[in-house]
Amino acid sequence: MAKSTLAAPRVVPARRAQPGRLSFNAVMGLMGGIGLLMLIGPTLIVLVTSVTSGYSLKFPPPGLSLHWYEALIFDSPEIIDDLLLSLKLAAAATACATVLAVAAAVTLARRRTFAARLLDSFFMAPLTIPSLALGLGILILFNLESAGLSFYSLLAGHIALCAPYVLYTTSASYAQLDPALLDSSTCLGAGGWFTFRRVVLPGLVPGIASGAFIAFMNSFDNVALSLFLSDARSEVLPIHLWHIIEDSLDVRAAAASGVLIVATLISMLVMERLAGLSRQFR
Amino acid sequence: MNPNHRMPRDWLLVLPLGLFFIAFVGVPLLLVALISLHNDTAMAHVGIRQYMVFFGDSYNRGILWQTLWLGMATTLVTIVLGYPVAHLYVVSPPRWRRVLIVLILLPLLTSSVVRTFAWVVILGNEGLVNALLMTLGHAGQPVKLLYTPLAVILSLAQIELPLMVLPLVTTLTSLDTRLPEASHALGASSWRTWWKITVPLAIPGLLSGTLLVFTGAVSAFVVQTLVGGGQLMYMPFYIYEQAIQTQNYPFAATLAVILLVSVLLVVTLLNYFGRKTRGFVHG
Repeated sequence: MAKSTLAAPRVVPARRAQPGRLSFNAVMGLMGGIGLLMLIGPTLIVLVTSVTSGYSLKFPPPGLSLHWYEALIFDSPEIIDDLLLSLKLAAAATACATVLAVAAAVTLARRRTFAARLLDSFFMAPLTIPSLALGLGILILFNLESAGLSFYSLLAGHIALCAPYVLYTTSASYAQLDPALLDSSTCLGAGGWFTFRRVVLPGLVPGIASGAFIAFMNSFDNVALSLFLSDARSEVLPIHLWHIIEDSLDVRAAAASGVLIVATLISMLVMERLAGLSRQFR
Repeated sequence: MNPNHRMPRDWLLVLPLGLFFIAFVGVPLLLVALISLHNDTAMAHVGIRQYMVFFGDSYNRGILWQTLWLGMATTLVTIVLGYPVAHLYVVSPPRWRRVLIVLILLPLLTSSVVRTFAWVVILGNEGLVNALLMTLGHAGQPVKLLYTPLAVILSLAQIELPLMVLPLVTTLTSLDTRLPEASHALGASSWRTWWKITVPLAIPGLLSGTLLVFTGAVSAFVVQTLVGGGQLMYMPFYIYEQAIQTQNYPFAATLAVILLVSVLLVVTLLNYFGRKTRGFVHG
């Protein structure tokens, strides 16, 4: 009897491989592979389609050619105009939102009071509420004041859309600042403004830059707000592309998409190098 | 420095953004709510007739249900595909992590019109899927893939996938690795360890991912209109149609309020569960 109880622990030897490890890794690897393919595949397909030599969105394309890019650059002044408007709008909205949101963030980030948290949720609201509801509301507001729609109605909506991103990344950077740095600066006799300019702000720059970049991309991409807020004369690029894809499936939409994908990839890699963009998401 | 002395100047910095948000977020949403409480398009009579009209008609209720269901189905697909991607990221060496994070972020930052366009190309009559089906001999003529609910769910899932992967990556990387190791050492299988230890600890990430994906999916105007086409109606396009094409502002406002309230209800519910599970994980 004593012998068998002594032998019992050997039933589960420590060295034995974990049961189910192979099947677990196989399933995770397979599903993860499908997930990654889903993430990147569509982008690649658009890129391939954009260099088609054919006249439709046939995939795989019958041959390769850059003539849709030529058509886009040389024969499509309306698309170029809308691109410029979108860039101008996104830049203006991001600039305004960054100034407003950074100012608010440096105050809100160091407060844990109820009022600060309430304001913070209010400022983050545009991320949660359907932007069509917000767009409809701003449209009604401009109509009530008989201000009519213009670049400025678009800008107002887009600033509200951009501010949460900058507020979020700036607050997150602020929370990561070493409080000892601020204390040492104050101990060494620096005033509040000097400390802010020379110690706090440099520490916040990567967060602010990443937030501004994400805000810019979102403004540039937005359709729902712009649909309600742009006047009859001005059309932003995403809405123009939306119309093309909805009506005619012109292959120039693929070429324009190709340009946007490459521009996004390059600016993303630059921002990653300069400001550690991906840290904002982890 | 005396904090009381600094306080007023501090709050002054919040003022510009605060005023801007009151004027262009608070007031507009209030206006939407007020206008929804009018019985006629001329907005002469106050009342809740628009809400009665909405909930009295099964067509309208169907659209709301379809929209919310779209959000839920999309969330489910992103969990099924997003969790394994986050898992792959976490078990990868740093070199690969940098590649993976680019793969995850690029679709997030690429214009949603472009990403939706990709699905129009893939699922179109001359698209990739139909080309494959034809060469394999499964179909004599193109199968209608676009403008079906499944196509909308699939493309939305792809577009919202990074928003599920990123919070999961955050949660899984900060997870205490000794817990699954202890479970393994005690003889639990990989599956059991994953289900009993890792998944419960990943719930906060799953919930924040669900929040982002759901709110994004129900208001994804571009995907819903381009992949869903004219046949499939969801709340965002319904709002747009009623406001811009029919010029029925009270009804459009009613739709917006109903969509907004439904989204906020789901968000509140998720936040409630979030707080509960956080207490469970740490306490």
